[in-house]
Amino acid sequence: MLLTGADILVQTLIEQGCDVVFGYPGGQILNVYDALYKNSDKITHVLTAHEQGAAHAADGYARATGKVGVVISTSGPGATNLVTGIATAFLDSVPLVAITGNVPTTQIGSDSFQEIDITGITLPITKHNYFVTDVNELADTVREAFCLASSGRPGPVLIDLPKDVQLAKCQYTSKPHVLATKKCDVDDDLLAQAAECINNSSQPYIYFGGGLVSSQAQDEVLALADKIDAPIGCSMMGLSAISSTHPRFLGMQGMHGHYASSIAMDHADCIISLGCRFNDRVTGNKSKFAPHAKIVHIDIDKAELSKTINAVYGIQADVKSTLQKLLPLVEQKQRPEWQSMIDDFKQKEISYQDKRQGLTPRNAILTLNKYLGENTPVATDVGQHQMWSAQNLCFKHSRRFISSGGLGTMGFGLSAAIGSAIGLKERSVLITGDGSFDMSLHELATAVSYNVPLVVLIMNNGVLGMVRQWQTLFFDKRYSNTVIDRKTNFSALAKAFGGDGERVENINQLDKALQKAFAYDGVYIIDCAIDKDEFVLPMLPPGGSVADMIVKTGR
Amino acid sequence: MKRYTVAVLVNNQYGVLNRVTSMFRRRQFNISALTVSETETSKLSRITVVFEGEESVKQQIINQLYKLPDVYSIKELDDKTSVSCELLLIKMKNEQNSREDIKTAADAFDATIMNYSKDSVVYQLAGDTQKIDDFINLMRDYTILEICRTGIVSLEKGGSTIRKVTNF
Repeated sequence: MLLTGADILVQTLIEQGCDVVFGYPGGQILNVYDALYKNSDKITHVLTAHEQGAAHAADGYARATGKVGVVISTSGPGATNLVTGIATAFLDSVPLVAITGNVPTTQIGSDSFQEIDITGITLPITKHNYFVTDVNELADTVREAFCLASSGRPGPVLIDLPKDVQLAKCQYTSKPHVLATKKCDVDDDLLAQAAECINNSSQPYIYFGGGLVSSQAQDEVLALADKIDAPIGCSMMGLSAISSTHPRFLGMQGMHGHYASSIAMDHADCIISLGCRFNDRVTGNKSKFAPHAKIVHIDIDKAELSKTINAVYGIQADVKSTLQKLLPLVEQKQRPEWQSMIDDFKQKEISYQDKRQGLTPRNAILTLNKYLGENTPVATDVGQHQMWSAQNLCFKHSRRFISSGGLGTMGFGLSAAIGSAIGLKERSVLITGDGSFDMSLHELATAVSYNVPLVVLIMNNGVLGMVRQWQTLFFDKRYSNTVIDRKTNFSALAKAFGGDGERVENINQLDKALQKAFAYDGVYIIDCAIDKDEFVLPMLPPGGSVADMIVKTGR
Repeated sequence: MKRYTVAVLVNNQYGVLNRVTSMFRRRQFNISALTVSETETSKLSRITVVFEGEESVKQQIINQLYKLPDVYSIKELDDKTSVSCELLLIKMKNEQNSREDIKTAADAFDATIMNYSKDSVVYQLAGDTQKIDDFINLMRDYTILEICRTGIVSLEKGGSTIRKVTNF
């Protein structure tokens, strides 16, 4: 059938299984919005308050559901407002398709009103991008974008669509949903050598990142851990893939990781690394990182193998299918000495734990845990509250920790919580700080408009806590611009936006407030008082190793 | 530090060179020389890039290049298994006292005169990088007005090619 470019775009989105898009209209994307209007029975458009919020919401939707998130904006400022959202998705390998309008091709290059070179701007933060000049290529471009976004190591793809291409007509024929391609041809010899390395090790440690989540290899990892009697740790991006209470799971390692997990990794003689990339927050000082370990690294992205840490066996492949091949090659073995060391590490971790009563950050998160359903997505912003959440939240279901890891985007959380709630049709939780929340609180309007059930826990300490922590430790307490101490009344703010909320100052109040919040039909904000001098511990100082780990403050 | 030459076949579309060089720029890989041209098929362009670095840097560059959807194939080319050359244009000041010396050197290098005027002589010289460097160093004793060199182009020796010819 003969359709306009705008109609073809929307038809192809529907054809590719997309039923929700996030976005914001504007002059150069009007025709696409007209097509969305006509197809509103098949595709829901969620209007955010700001394009950045739309990008983060699409990202949160994708992280929670595993589907490709779609965000639409107009040209110029609409497009540039997506940039932080696209970069956030890029650093955390989230499948996202961003669609931007642009001025007609005849005006491109003349600096017309709201013209911007968004393909140029997003070149280093997308897997690929397209500037569509011919309506005949539009449908296949959208299909290719979906395929690219979800194939291999997932990531964002942008399509820039000039106005005249939205208006031009051509024949459209529906095609089936494109499937992500996965690279599975593992080098059998290399895998056999890796298995031998594992078999010869006495202190193996399994370490995974976000790649395990996208590969859905939880069962295989647990089977491997049982067979070789190894503990399991993860990066922040891996959190929620494995139940927090699993006896083999030591939690997150790294700069603010769990003590036992970081120490076990340091003592390991073989690290089986799955879908991860050895970021500096993970390794600390690279020359002192896991000094005794031979590293087996399995990742879908070859460029991650030996990029920062040399792997003895670097295997480019899908984690799940490779583990299935690896499992028969490894010997069933008990490693009691290693397990008793792990038990000691765990005991030590417990001795270091913050056991204070009252409204401490840890107690706040532990109280929240009581209210989390198995399927509840928990989003965070970035800073101390994010690390307290990563350390203390109890996860039971993969894809339920929605947090900006690689880019560390403050202001990510609220929109991501909205996106995940819409994607899962579940009440979502946002844990944020007063600093991060102020960066994107306008999206409360979105949550209220779409009646998203949302619990917002603001860990309000009146300071930019993480930066302040560094100033305490490394800048001799010169608190340059980190004491914000704003006078915002967050519960009144919640009411002003059409939700509800309250201030809590002790743990009993928090408990009652959470009870109310999880029963509330809409957005409920809990403004939770946290002391400004609370620390995130343990902490590996930047560039330090586990030997430099700070486990307790002098307070 | 070693010098590497890598040939990259890419889709012949606008913006592709930008995608390749953008990857080099953002990861701070330094390009020593770069040439781009059309190939035996109109669908593909060939980029020859020369850079210096450790083996691990080279491997990272190749891995990152492979991630660009517009990259069709990549081949590392070394002196043993490939032939390479570049082209130099050099404009020398035309002076009475140096004219003969310059001509003698140019003849020895098989450099040819492209343009002769009252004020200058433009020589053309093709050859490997070392030969070009040597010639330029000789010319430094005289007055060099301008230099322009193309950067390396390189092909494998023998019947092997960077792509399966039957594909197109």
